[in-house]
Amino acid sequence: MVTPGDRAYDLIISACALLIPLLLVALIIVTTIAAGPTLRDHLADLLLGREWNVARGRFGAAPAIVGTMISALGATVLATPVALCAAIFVSELAPRRLRGALGFLLDTLAAIPSVVYGLWGALVLVPWLRTQVIAPVHAAGLFGMTGPAYGPSLVAAVLILAVMILPFIAAISREVLLAVPTTQREAALALGATRWEMIRDAVLPYARTGIIGGVLLGLGRALGETIAVAMVIGNRHAMPHSLFDPAESMAALLANEFAEASDDAHLGALMAVSAVLLLFTLLVNLGARLLVARVSRSHGEATR
Amino acid sequence: MSQRAGSPQVAAARRARHRRNRLMQLLMTAGATLAILPLIAIIGDLAMRGARAMSISFLLRSPAPVGVSGGGMGNAIAGTMLLVLIGSLIGIPVGLGAGLFVAERAHTRLAQVVRYVADVLSGLPSIVVGVFVWELLVRPVGRFSALAGGVALGLLIIPMVTRATEEVVRLLPRSLIEAALALGFPRWRTALVVVLRTSMPGIVTAALVAIARAAGETAPLLFTALGNTYWSTNPFRPIAALPLQIFAYAQSPFDDLRAQAWAGALVLVVLVVVFSLIARAVLQARQALLRGGRSSPLTGDRESR
Repeated sequence: MVTPGDRAYDLIISACALLIPLLLVALIIVTTIAAGPTLRDHLADLLLGREWNVARGRFGAAPAIVGTMISALGATVLATPVALCAAIFVSELAPRRLRGALGFLLDTLAAIPSVVYGLWGALVLVPWLRTQVIAPVHAAGLFGMTGPAYGPSLVAAVLILAVMILPFIAAISREVLLAVPTTQREAALALGATRWEMIRDAVLPYARTGIIGGVLLGLGRALGETIAVAMVIGNRHAMPHSLFDPAESMAALLANEFAEASDDAHLGALMAVSAVLLLFTLLVNLGARLLVARVSRSHGEATR
Repeated sequence: MSQRAGSPQVAAARRARHRRNRLMQLLMTAGATLAILPLIAIIGDLAMRGARAMSISFLLRSPAPVGVSGGGMGNAIAGTMLLVLIGSLIGIPVGLGAGLFVAERAHTRLAQVVRYVADVLSGLPSIVVGVFVWELLVRPVGRFSALAGGVALGLLIIPMVTRATEEVVRLLPRSLIEAALALGFPRWRTALVVVLRTSMPGIVTAALVAIARAAGETAPLLFTALGNTYWSTNPFRPIAALPLQIFAYAQSPFDDLRAQAWAGALVLVVLVVVFSLIARAVLQARQALLRGGRSSPLTGDRESR
């Protein structure tokens, strides 16, 4: 029996649910329209141009795109092995009590606001890098570095991003690993496998898709991370020559200039940067979520 | 196997396998330790440097004029509260409705699409959401405002609350809902009286976690709420926010302001950790309750009346 109350209830929750896909569509449409003129007229300049100079009306975002890619990929490469070890430890090796506590620690690390990571990066990590790493490299004349040695640099961004996405990748990998059926492990152990052989041959192959999805999600986070990167990367509009140079990223560029942009060309260029960033992260997230969802869905059906 | 178990080659191979096993377990343990080292370093620095600048006047006063020492982040804390309030008013009801929808019709195509899109949305950079809200609410009006900042936070809260609600509601035993329907409850009353009431502790804590996360967001506020060095509670004007203030002070050359940035960060992290701890405790208690069966939530509910 369907009462009027039921009809109203269905209507309300359906509207709320529909709002979510609509939001994504609106986000894409509004960003594309706002960036449209610049993307149409100056796409090549934007993607390939190396000069970003507001006064001269030059808006080449290549250094920002390269900075985004290198910092995000570097962080992912650095964080993934450690995150996987942590996830495997938590799901397969740790005693039951430690398991919960470690999981909670990793979740907490993932929930710390990025401005806090940025603060720590800018006031602790960057000074340390300047005196302990970059100055010596600089003094040794490596990488053709000239001028003064800076602390804020691409490598600072890589490190802080790695710290930020590590718990995130670990948390998703842990979930995926916990979704591997216990029978899978018991079968391997019954055949005489050692613990590591069980993990390698029975658990990891089963979880592989989900773990790749988790790593991609981490990459997506790193690509879009804004404040922490803006605080440590140096924000210099130039192509970095090495990891020890100051650089910039797309998100940091938006954070630094958007509020003050007044003329249309500048604003249009920033909108276009935002659209490119949206496109990158959207593709990464769409793919990653498909991989993760495939694993956890089969798990959901198996346990029900 | 047992026939050849004594042969030296087999014994050697077994020793090698076990050595490798120990080595790899050691490696995993080392990885796990390495993973929590940054947490210890960051929390340690934060607690030490933050506590030093923490004071009542820091929590209550607005920033002092340039060159004058003292002052605090009181206006930013109030601003964050207002922003989060606006964000929650938008994000929580919508997220709740969408979460109920996804949980109730878990196997329909639409529910799967909604869940997938909610996950994708929560992975998108929050600065892009900031640009979106700027285009909709700041550019047409010609003014930065607390309202725009709150809306941006609300958009970030929606997917978080949706997924959390779904997860909590799906923990409910199917029999509970069927019992209510069998008693002649219409579906909407079942949803409100049985599903929502029994899930309420879980939903409230999930909402708290979403709020704590939203309170820490900086990027979407940069060009919506903008920041403000004065007290303001006008939703149509720029407003200060804790993360914005930390961002600004971290780049300041003055030690006094940097110290205040640490104290502000400590406030944010304490907020996040406390809310996460509450959420964890409540979720565990609920899981125990729902699995225990001895005191079902329904009978518990009846007795309490």
